Amino acid sequence: MATKAGSAEGSQTAGPIDGEDGVRRRDFLNVAAVSFAGVGAVVAIAPLFVQMAPSADVLAQATTEIDISKVEVGQRIKALWRKQPIFVAHLTPKEIAEAQAVPVSSLRDPETLQDRTHPGHLNWLIVIGVCTHLGCIPLGTGEGENRGPYDGYFCPCHGSQYDTAARIRAGPAPRNLVVPDYKFETPTTVLIGAKG
Amino acid sequence: MSFSWAKPYEPKSPFMRWIDERLPLPRLVYGAVGGGYPVPRNLNYWWNFGIAAGVFLTIQIITGIVLAMHFNTSTDGAFDSVNQLIMRDVNAGWLLRYAHMNGASFFFLVVYIHIFRGLYYGSYKAPREMVWMLGLVIYLLMMATAFMGYVLPWGQMSYWGAQVITNFFSAIPVVGEPLRVWILGGYAPDQAALTRFFSLHYLLPFVIAGVVILHIWALHIPGSNNPTGVDVKDERDTLPFHPFYTAKDGWFCAAILLVYMLVTFFLPNYLGNPDNYTPANPLATPAEIVPEWYLLPFYAILRSFTADFILPAKLWGVLAMFSSILLLFFLPWLDRSPVRSGAYRPVFKRFFWLLIIDVIALGWVGGSPVKPLTVAVGQIASAYYFLHFLVILPLVSAFETPLPLPRSISESVLHGEEAEAAPIGSKPRRSKTATAAAE
Repeated sequence: MATKAGSAEGSQTAGPIDGEDGVRRRDFLNVAAVSFAGVGAVVAIAPLFVQMAPSADVLAQATTEIDISKVEVGQRIKALWRKQPIFVAHLTPKEIAEAQAVPVSSLRDPETLQDRTHPGHLNWLIVIGVCTHLGCIPLGTGEGENRGPYDGYFCPCHGSQYDTAARIRAGPAPRNLVVPDYKFETPTTVLIGAKG
Repeated sequence: MSFSWAKPYEPKSPFMRWIDERLPLPRLVYGAVGGGYPVPRNLNYWWNFGIAAGVFLTIQIITGIVLAMHFNTSTDGAFDSVNQLIMRDVNAGWLLRYAHMNGASFFFLVVYIHIFRGLYYGSYKAPREMVWMLGLVIYLLMMATAFMGYVLPWGQMSYWGAQVITNFFSAIPVVGEPLRVWILGGYAPDQAALTRFFSLHYLLPFVIAGVVILHIWALHIPGSNNPTGVDVKDERDTLPFHPFYTAKDGWFCAAILLVYMLVTFFLPNYLGNPDNYTPANPLATPAEIVPEWYLLPFYAILRSFTADFILPAKLWGVLAMFSSILLLFFLPWLDRSPVRSGAYRPVFKRFFWLLIIDVIALGWVGGSPVKPLTVAVGQIASAYYFLHFLVILPLVSAFETPLPLPRSISESVLHGEEAEAAPIGSKPRRSKTATAAAE
């Protein structure tokens, strides 16, 4: 910028218009003005980005209370939390035994049933019912739905198979079905979204 | 297009040459808003408002696209989606909406200044008639877009504005009422009207952008007018658009944006009507119904016909309102004076300022409640508006003796200082000031 304008005309000038190092005041003004405008433009664009992010009222849909007193042994139900399905399974002793029998080291996402349930509530498996592959809702909650070869959940989209602890056993999903934060408020109600 | 001394585009790198040979877009930009577009060197600040209008069109399109992401196009949900969701819940939603609301006002403000600049300096005259007429098309599209946008929040003013404006069409004999019902998709503004207005409000800004391109294209054939109205004669009369006018436009747009920011942040509802924060009620018209400020003069013309005269008063009002804009299309042929700039037309200049006062008076009448005084002022001002264009301008252009024009732009600007008149890049006379100026 500086040298180009200065070279042809500058060589003929009598007065010292160029600085010692060839940088003119005008170059400084140019850089300062353009930088200022650039920072201003970035700041002006910020609202256009943040408006896309979830608003405070969406983020505030933090907790959902579920009454599990009516869920019988062996039954699985669906609830809604943050517009996502929650699978609540009241495990049978057989299902617990099946989950415990699997060597953890053989799993793609190694977790024990104890890791995935609350202490003293080994029979209550609560997971987010969203396949960790590409977000479909796996089958296996409703009566007579395909539970897959591991008697857990089966995703119809791309064939991911989960076991009775909702751990990925076969198929493309990378992770076990996610266990959300929740706590037992009473022995028969859980609060999804709350730590505890 | 443009002048013979316009610098042709020269790619600065092999990559740009590669692009230029395949898609000469850099060449187009260089010739349109770069160093390859010579502009009269004497443009004053009134010439910055065209670019400013482009800036506000861009702001309106960007904020509008973003607001549309959160808007609920239903008569039950529209009001809440604007006043609850966007104003309170959406991150920075209040800013985006206030920017859009006031952006419309500022768009009109700069366009009005742009139009009156054209009126004063005779920019509508040959060879720029097409530039002028395309500008009027843009202005009409802007009014349609602004009106439909104002309906979307579905407040009281939205609803009754929609009702009143669509009733203009019912003044047309025979087909009027069916036409109005067809436009609304019902007997009164309702879901069908809201949905179609939203669709068109989203579409029309892009149509405006298209006509803006035609407007600039038509402008670049003869090049810009200038405060003397004298044609560009040679290279000494012009400067390359870049960096001279890009820098000036940039500086001036920043100044206008500063005012816009002040209003948006500190007086966001100053230009709006509080009644529009009441949800639409089809059973009760607000006590005073007024359009946005930028439509008030036309509203005054509409209301100034109070008695039937051959045709019904209602039809007269609508006809007068539409013809007040349509007659501007004939302006290049109503003003026959060969002198463009009002600066050299002593009689024209006086009537120009009278017209400004007249339009401001119409605006005041349009915003005031109907009373004998305002009606009388409105009628006089409306009559004068038409008188100005249909009688005064043709007469003035026939009888006026204009002041002597400068021989050239450079002479008018530089008063014969040849050293400074030398174009950039040529060898100026060896004087200290001249070399410094060239640097």
